[in-house]
Amino acid sequence: MINSIYQLVAPKSIAVKFEDVSFGDKVLIQPRYMAICHADQRYYQGRRDPAVMRRKLPMALIHECCGQVLKDPSGTFAPGAPVVLIPNVPGHGPEGVYENYAAGSGFLSSGRDGFMRELVDLDPDRVVGCAGIDPHVAAMTEFVSVTCHAWHRFTQAAHAKRDRIALIGDGAMAYTLACTLSVLMPQSELIIIGHNADKLALFSFAAERYLTYEAPEDLTFDHAFECAGGEGSAAAVQFVIDHIAPQGTLMLLGVSEQPIPVYTRDVLEKGMTLVGCSRSGREDFERAIEVLRHPGIQDRLRQIIHVAPAVHTVKDVKQVFALDLQTPFKTVFEWGV
Amino acid sequence: MIFGAILAGGVGSRMNIESMPKQYLPLAGKPVFLHTLEKFLLCDEFDAVYIGTHPNWVDFTRDAVMPYVGSAIDIHVVKGGSDRNGTIMSIIDAIEDDYGPSPDHIIVTHDSVRPFVKLSTIKGNIEAARQYGACDTVIPATDTIVTSQSGDQIDEIPPRSAMYQGQTPQSFNIDQLKGLYASLTDEERASLTDACKVLVLKGVPVRLVPGDVTNIKLTTIMDYKVAQAMIESGVDA
Repeated sequence: MINSIYQLVAPKSIAVKFEDVSFGDKVLIQPRYMAICHADQRYYQGRRDPAVMRRKLPMALIHECCGQVLKDPSGTFAPGAPVVLIPNVPGHGPEGVYENYAAGSGFLSSGRDGFMRELVDLDPDRVVGCAGIDPHVAAMTEFVSVTCHAWHRFTQAAHAKRDRIALIGDGAMAYTLACTLSVLMPQSELIIIGHNADKLALFSFAAERYLTYEAPEDLTFDHAFECAGGEGSAAAVQFVIDHIAPQGTLMLLGVSEQPIPVYTRDVLEKGMTLVGCSRSGREDFERAIEVLRHPGIQDRLRQIIHVAPAVHTVKDVKQVFALDLQTPFKTVFEWGV
Repeated sequence: MIFGAILAGGVGSRMNIESMPKQYLPLAGKPVFLHTLEKFLLCDEFDAVYIGTHPNWVDFTRDAVMPYVGSAIDIHVVKGGSDRNGTIMSIIDAIEDDYGPSPDHIIVTHDSVRPFVKLSTIKGNIEAARQYGACDTVIPATDTIVTSQSGDQIDEIPPRSAMYQGQTPQSFNIDQLKGLYASLTDEERASLTDACKVLVLKGVPVRLVPGDVTNIKLTTIMDYKVAQAMIESGVDA
């Protein structure tokens, strides 16, 4: 059958590509709800290096999505089953290397078509059931899975004293990570450091919250997660280096577009461990679904979701990306093409 | 019950292709009408999908749909009538033979030569037919419409904002459509260009369902070439 693929062909310019999809051995899914990631917005606005834009476009955006199974020859999912879609295309690495880092891994919406399509066909292992989860929240499961991946890698890397955990940043990533850690590490105190009082106010379940410039000089914590990214990356990393306890682990989640300086003298002196985290794999998606089923978590995540009007046309796509620029956290919308 | 009705009775005279009606021409590696059928088979609300085809093409069509037989939705190939509404009535007769009559049966009729139809449009039709009894898929007119009885000079230029272009699917409560069609005079039947007009002539409301500019009908060679170009290069829809 003919599938419609809504591709970004140039900054702020979407064209529909048509492609035949056959009934094969893949799961056919109708995307239903999507969430916009900063990465999508950067491509849409053309805020990536021109060489990168030339290499990756045209492609369909969006990698945070839930949908409904239309057909599954493997019998894993019944027609109509609500599912979340895994955008990671696993690579083939040596034992112990995660699927999202392994050589040859790919990502739908980074050089390959993302989920802005009428129909999506995926291998059964790239689909996870999400029955019972509010579809507006299920749409951002990929985002939650990234925080689950960071948690998992943290458990592998950090020493056992985990009483006080700092999160640097007060955006959607920090908030979602805080939600995840509140479920997976309920004994740890969460300390949030951010720039915006109104955003910090949402972290009501954290033990301590500080505006960056008001943080006490003697503030300390065992480990930290950096969720600032962008131009704030360098300052966030330096803040952690200044305040973290000896042999603390710093998990890096924020994306800096440019190289940033790291004061290695103090990193060495404190014996710190720095761990980079990006994307996620199937296990992280499964854990994310468990986190979302935890009482109260969906309510918390709904606080950062702005539900935009449904998207039916190319014009609507443009409007939802414009709207996303005005929303402080996550924009979620129904995909009705 | 909900039934799909794919209208494949045309013989392609406007294509100037003698050998093969347009619904059987290849597009992206398979006959046009199979793209349409596959989209219908994705909609699990259907109990069965009927294909109404020209008597000469029944066997060919049955052979072509064999790979899809055994899927969750039953597929039937039936001989069409002498015109569009005749084919719809043939399909309705077959539905009632196979599944029995019911005041709740709904039929979603669709041109086999509109392979770009979206699943959301089909589902929108089912929802509207359930709620309102009949619906038509339309898009706002982009060209100014001019009316002329003589063909020589303009009678009227109606406001474009009130003009729409009809597409398919068109969906109906079977009982209502059948009853109204039976009540038409020969003259009224001769005036029909589509099935919705059966209801409009009798003053029965037909709900509008938003269509899509890409849901084009492959009527001429140019349409066919446009469809091929759409698949190769995409469109700024």
